[in-house]
Amino acid sequence: MTFIIRKLSVLLLSFALAGCAGGFLPRASDQDDDSTATSDTGADVGDSGVETGVVDDDSPIFADPLDDPESQLATRVIYFDFDLASIRSEFLTMLETHAHYLVDNPAVSVRLEGHADERGSREYNIGLGDRRAQAVRRVLLFQGVADNQVSTVSYGEERAVAMGHDEQAWARNRRVELVYIR
Amino acid sequence: MRIGLSWRLVVSLCLMATALPVNAVLRIEITQGLSRAQPIAIVPFGVEGNVPLAVADVIASDLTRSGRFKVLPVEDMLEQPTAGKDIQFKNWRIFGVENVVVGKVIQTESGFLVQFQLYDVFRGQQLLGLSLPVGSSRLRRVAHEVSDLIYEELTGIPGAFSTRIAYITADGTGEQRRYALFVADSDGANQHRIVRSPQPIMSPVWSPDGRQLAYVSFENQRAEVFIQDLFTGERESVSSRAGINGAPAFSPDGKKLALTLSSEPGNPDIYVLDIESRRLQRLTRNPFIDTEPSWHPDGDRLFFTSDRSGRPQIYEINVQQRRAKRLTFEGRYNARPVVSPDGETLAMVHLDREGYNIAVLSLKTRALRILTDGRLDESPSFAPNGTMIIYATESDGRGILSAVSVDGRVRQRLGVQEGDVREPAWSPRLSGSE
Repeated sequence: MTFIIRKLSVLLLSFALAGCAGGFLPRASDQDDDSTATSDTGADVGDSGVETGVVDDDSPIFADPLDDPESQLATRVIYFDFDLASIRSEFLTMLETHAHYLVDNPAVSVRLEGHADERGSREYNIGLGDRRAQAVRRVLLFQGVADNQVSTVSYGEERAVAMGHDEQAWARNRRVELVYIR
Repeated sequence: MRIGLSWRLVVSLCLMATALPVNAVLRIEITQGLSRAQPIAIVPFGVEGNVPLAVADVIASDLTRSGRFKVLPVEDMLEQPTAGKDIQFKNWRIFGVENVVVGKVIQTESGFLVQFQLYDVFRGQQLLGLSLPVGSSRLRRVAHEVSDLIYEELTGIPGAFSTRIAYITADGTGEQRRYALFVADSDGANQHRIVRSPQPIMSPVWSPDGRQLAYVSFENQRAEVFIQDLFTGERESVSSRAGINGAPAFSPDGKKLALTLSSEPGNPDIYVLDIESRRLQRLTRNPFIDTEPSWHPDGDRLFFTSDRSGRPQIYEINVQQRRAKRLTFEGRYNARPVVSPDGETLAMVHLDREGYNIAVLSLKTRALRILTDGRLDESPSFAPNGTMIIYATESDGRGILSAVSVDGRVRQRLGVQEGDVREPAWSPRLSGSE
């Protein structure tokens, strides 16, 4: 349990640091990396003068389908119609793929970030973005994803990806983004 | 516990929660004034000692900005008296000036003494005369207080010049985007950055004593409501529940905060948080979006936005009985209500054929009047004397601030050099003693 909390705190910390202004802070993982304490050269010189060396780690490289650009999992944005939170049918297959991945990988969680276009009042748009994130969440849960794997946050109109003030920009901003936390 | 500590460290490093003065100046220009503005002359004040501020300029600028006064240019003045006994009234009558203000600023051991007199030119009578002692750093504030007194004497309405405006800025794109909360004097001077973050900051609102701001910050990748003291810079997270924590509004006595929470996923409702005890009272309970609470000055009622009818409309709810009553029926989108200081008018965002505009609803007659003609106007906020509404609008693709008088006759435009400005919040009147 302590281990999990510890890992979680590292995860949260590194996540928060990623959001920081610049790279002026040490990487959090540096402080908690207890796997090895050998120096960069890979060589260790003891008191006796005996030198020991290491070779490259050849444990298998873990290929995560999340990193496959050809997979449906690479698509992580769902778009919505104006003032609506219903999921358009074109996004259902893609959402299903994400749901299956999450069911297969219960240690992975996803944060659903809901967004709205800039029209109307800001806090109402927070409600709208939340409603969209919840709509995606319900689909994932219905597909068997565990409740604790899915979190939601609504940014309303505060984090637009398209800066324009026309329908083209608005359509790109009415969205839910799936942000994986591995 | 470990997590809590880590967070605090990260937050303090990430956010510069200090009040940094910056060079960007909020410029305010008047775009429409009263056609029959009252002619007045503010004579440059006499100076004794080392006085760093042209007090008469600040007063003249305040009165001009109100749109109700036409200030005589200094170069037209035939004399520049600094005391009432030296005024030759015929020198002012010739320009049709109705009132003259004269005064002096005297340096003292502890600061300054500001003396001023307001005269009725036609009757040759003094209307007002005061001597105000002031600490050395507060000369500008006293100039605004003099403006307030002159305005009240001549219009019968208290002035709103010794006030501040809080607002949000956003600049940069992508990873470089930065959000900030600023506070400036009502004339755009003394701009201070209160918070800056790579994550959104929104919904700033003043405490009734003008000392604190509540706002929403996403610095921890979720919505969180903070209360920050403007003078000490100290801040506290007062609501960070799962889901939405938004739309804070201080109660008129400053002890409570109305806010929006979604304790059930996807169901934002209105709550009232007792700030001291953190006790939470739930006001609404339905599966629709209820948000944007605003207190009536009587402290018994709140106004809020709800889409329970299928579209966002404005509702009123009594804190005790908790029964909501719909107030708006005109138009298919009415949101973000805010009550005038006298409790008689609601300002809101109203959608008509032209776009999202600021409208006012009389709570007595239920008449709705549209005040602005922008496409994306939002976030109305009343001046503490109820005469003006400041709001956010769009100009040339950028977010800027504008102000309009409640009768629609006076308009101002406020801009900064770069980035978007939005969500203006007009402070209460700042007490002279603070």
